[in-house]
Amino acid sequence: MPTFRITIMLKPGVLDAPGQAVERGLRALAYDVERVRMGKIVELTTPESMRAKVGEMCERFLANPLIETWRIDEVPAAEPAATGGPGAREGRR
Amino acid sequence: MTWGVVIFPGSNCDRDCVHVLRAVLGQRVVEVWYEDRSLDGVDALVLPGGFTYGDYLRSGAIAATAPVMDAVRAFAGRGGPVLGICNGFQILTEARLLPGTLGRNAGLRFRCVPTWVRVESTATPFTATLPAGAVLQMPIAHGDGGFLAGPEEVANLEATGQVVFRYCDARGRVTPSANPNGSVAAIAGVANAAGNVVGLMPHPERASEVLLGSTDGRRLFESVVAYLTRRASVLSPASAAPTASATPAAGGRR
Repeated sequence: MPTFRITIMLKPGVLDAPGQAVERGLRALAYDVERVRMGKIVELTTPESMRAKVGEMCERFLANPLIETWRIDEVPAAEPAATGGPGAREGRR
Repeated sequence: MTWGVVIFPGSNCDRDCVHVLRAVLGQRVVEVWYEDRSLDGVDALVLPGGFTYGDYLRSGAIAATAPVMDAVRAFAGRGGPVLGICNGFQILTEARLLPGTLGRNAGLRFRCVPTWVRVESTATPFTATLPAGAVLQMPIAHGDGGFLAGPEEVANLEATGQVVFRYCDARGRVTPSANPNGSVAAIAGVANAAGNVVGLMPHPERASEVLLGSTDGRRLFESVVAYLTRRASVLSPASAAPTASATPAAGGRR
């Protein structure tokens, strides 16, 4: 069964208040940061038959097309998704 | 007439709405569970505030998929008056029954303050008996209340009279400091194209009794009662003077 990683970001120009707050936090830690945008990642595993429906899921529910864009990536079977594995552990620190 | 107040998991203003409608306005009220699939017998509907489903994904997004929403959509499609308050407004935008969306407040703060709004359109059941330009004091309490829509959509809402409430100061002036959350064009409430579905971020049910400092919110509910009573008298064949009452009613509804 395929696993999809959906990255949802606010459209450019839409006020990203959390992103701005994180940007201020990084500056407070003396990091030189030009811009921070916050988004969401949704990972979903579906039956093969739902592959063609993932875009529709984003359009109807997972993202708000008025203010958000999304990107769908299929997670390679070899790569353990966010549920575990060395990659995930490293990401979490 | 009978009001329905929809209760979702995480609604928290439902009892306030029921109290105002039942105890303050003497209306019949049914509490509608989010799994209900029928709104039979309901004349007007309120989607109350709260934090449905913990605001997960986006405020109101998950509640917009609840079983009751098909019935809400059908009710709205028949012209039934629907009012979404705060999270109820967010649910209606997520269900695409209302235009635009509500984003994080500019300035990041959860704002819980009294606000004033100006009535910009009287072509809705909730404002039909209010004078255009009336200034109402009602409190807000939200973190995601900044109204967002693209420039073209905002221009379209302005042109079609779908902007119903705009944040202003106590004297009705729209100023930057009177806008509590960075809403575009200081929009506090909008209607659908037909005018029967209205959403707003301020809480009319928290401004319906003298004890709470303002009774302005009550006027929205009273307006619907007058609107529906007038519509019933027009539609009913038993109406005493159908031709005489038809003209003002049609005017009120626009």
